[in-house]
Amino acid sequence: MTQYTAVTDADLAEMLSAIGVSSIQELFDRQIPADVRLGRSLDLPAGLPEQEVYAHLRALAAGNVSAEDEITFLGAGMYDHYVPAVIDMLLGRSEFLTPYTPYQPEVSQGNLQAMFEYQTAISELTGLPVSNASVYEGPSAVASAGYLARLANGKPKFVVSRGLHPHSRETLQTYAHGFGAEIVEVPLRDGVTDPEAWAAAIDGETGAVFFQQPNFLGAVEDATALASAAKDSPAVVVGQYDPIPLGVLKPPGECGVDVCVGEGQTLGNRLDFGGPSFGFFAATEAYLRRMPGRIAGETVDADGRRGFVLTLQTREQHIRREKATSNICTAQALNALAGVVYLTWLGKQGLVDLGELLLQRTHYAREQLVALDGVEALHSQPVVREFALSLPGCDVASVIRRCQDEGVNPGYALGRDYDELPDGLLVALTEQRSKADIDRLVEVLGAAVAAERTAVGASA
Amino acid sequence: MADASYPTELLYHSEHDWARIDGDTAVFGITWYAQDALGEVVFFDPPEVGSSVSAGESYAEVESVKAVSDVVAPLSGEIVEVNLGLGDTPENINNDPYGDGWMVKVKLSDEGEIASLLDAAAYEATLS
Repeated sequence: MTQYTAVTDADLAEMLSAIGVSSIQELFDRQIPADVRLGRSLDLPAGLPEQEVYAHLRALAAGNVSAEDEITFLGAGMYDHYVPAVIDMLLGRSEFLTPYTPYQPEVSQGNLQAMFEYQTAISELTGLPVSNASVYEGPSAVASAGYLARLANGKPKFVVSRGLHPHSRETLQTYAHGFGAEIVEVPLRDGVTDPEAWAAAIDGETGAVFFQQPNFLGAVEDATALASAAKDSPAVVVGQYDPIPLGVLKPPGECGVDVCVGEGQTLGNRLDFGGPSFGFFAATEAYLRRMPGRIAGETVDADGRRGFVLTLQTREQHIRREKATSNICTAQALNALAGVVYLTWLGKQGLVDLGELLLQRTHYAREQLVALDGVEALHSQPVVREFALSLPGCDVASVIRRCQDEGVNPGYALGRDYDELPDGLLVALTEQRSKADIDRLVEVLGAAVAAERTAVGASA
Repeated sequence: MADASYPTELLYHSEHDWARIDGDTAVFGITWYAQDALGEVVFFDPPEVGSSVSAGESYAEVESVKAVSDVVAPLSGEIVEVNLGLGDTPENINNDPYGDGWMVKVKLSDEGEIASLLDAAAYEATLS
């Protein structure tokens, strides 16, 4: 393996002799106290030849199933929308594919303008005046919004709806531990955030409140009511939004949301086995200086010509060190570029048309599925692109396997994240699932539930 | 920008802050040296009225085109007024650091601390 190391035996001998030890072992023995040494080799398998490693990794990869290999209704935060060819064409251009952070505006006008256009699109979509030029992904955007609140008001309590994506709740918990905020979780009632428990949890010590729209169970929350419940507290109102339904839902900026964040994958990025994707981050002007990440601004050059620069950089880690608004440097700029190309390709009317199409197909699928024996709606709230079912008495994982054997992935087992919903199944739609696909799901899920109930009945 | 000056009627903290004491209250700001080192000030992030400040600790932030810096309180007490005018015209911190560029008015909690501040000559001596 020496071809992968920069140090030859001769280099090593020279360095050891310069510091006066005879071997690496002697160096460790002299420098590292015995009681912190492991005292044995790491428990790792023996090395393999490259060819065998390749074959092993190939066998592991073969266990994956792509969204194109089955009829998938799996969503739960990432969705299988169609990605038009124009996105691959533009992302493959070397001007976009290769550059790093455009600190030198004089050689980065194209990238800076793309960032500026992206911010404009996100700002229009969310109805909020400022947007940064993207962050790592959805959950870290949510957690960064928590840090923004911590910087803005310093209050120690975060009130979090249980309808917030489980990954967002976990990431927020991890961050909050670091800056000393306490999480208070508010339960769901009939699929949405329990409004009384929500209002009761918010007080003068609440630094931020977090909900998701539509929430993890697909239900459309009363965002205005959730936001206004925090009006008399110091809390920053944070909404995690799925951008696609914003073609048919009221924008967060008109609901009293202060910071709108979310997962950008649905905008022009494929599932790609879970990533990479990007996160978006938009806010009211009051929080402009607390926002993480890069912001491109429009200006004029010395000759009065339109140009673009990174602005408000004093918030950032390369200037502000430990007092920066964020220390995550990854903007996922290429994925965010796919986002702005997608929104431009779709257009303002296209986004509305897509939202309406999803509404119709989701309504049809929900109606057909709850008509099946042994399948019920988990909640009766309005939905846009995803809805929750319950399969009383069924082992959901087993039902999913039965469906997958027929080439259909019926959705996500809610019991994986929600102990209180062991028989829950989350079903998601995109424009790629036709009426015929939905009818096939109805047929396959109906048969799987019937078979499962028979199997369970027989063993009981 | 104003010329370098350190008015003799003020008292100074070594972190480049001044205090204008009037009975049991004082007005705070940053010195000519501090604003000169920061460069063009673009934003002042004030504390809330009613919050308390401790001598030697940060009570506000000032952002210039180069950096964001903490503003250190020369004395302890409770904020009774902030200069809201700096919201629209933060450049007053550069143009008139001892006048329109004042930052907060504080009701002092420990007048004994005043003795630890520097006079203009002593402060100026720390700059050389």
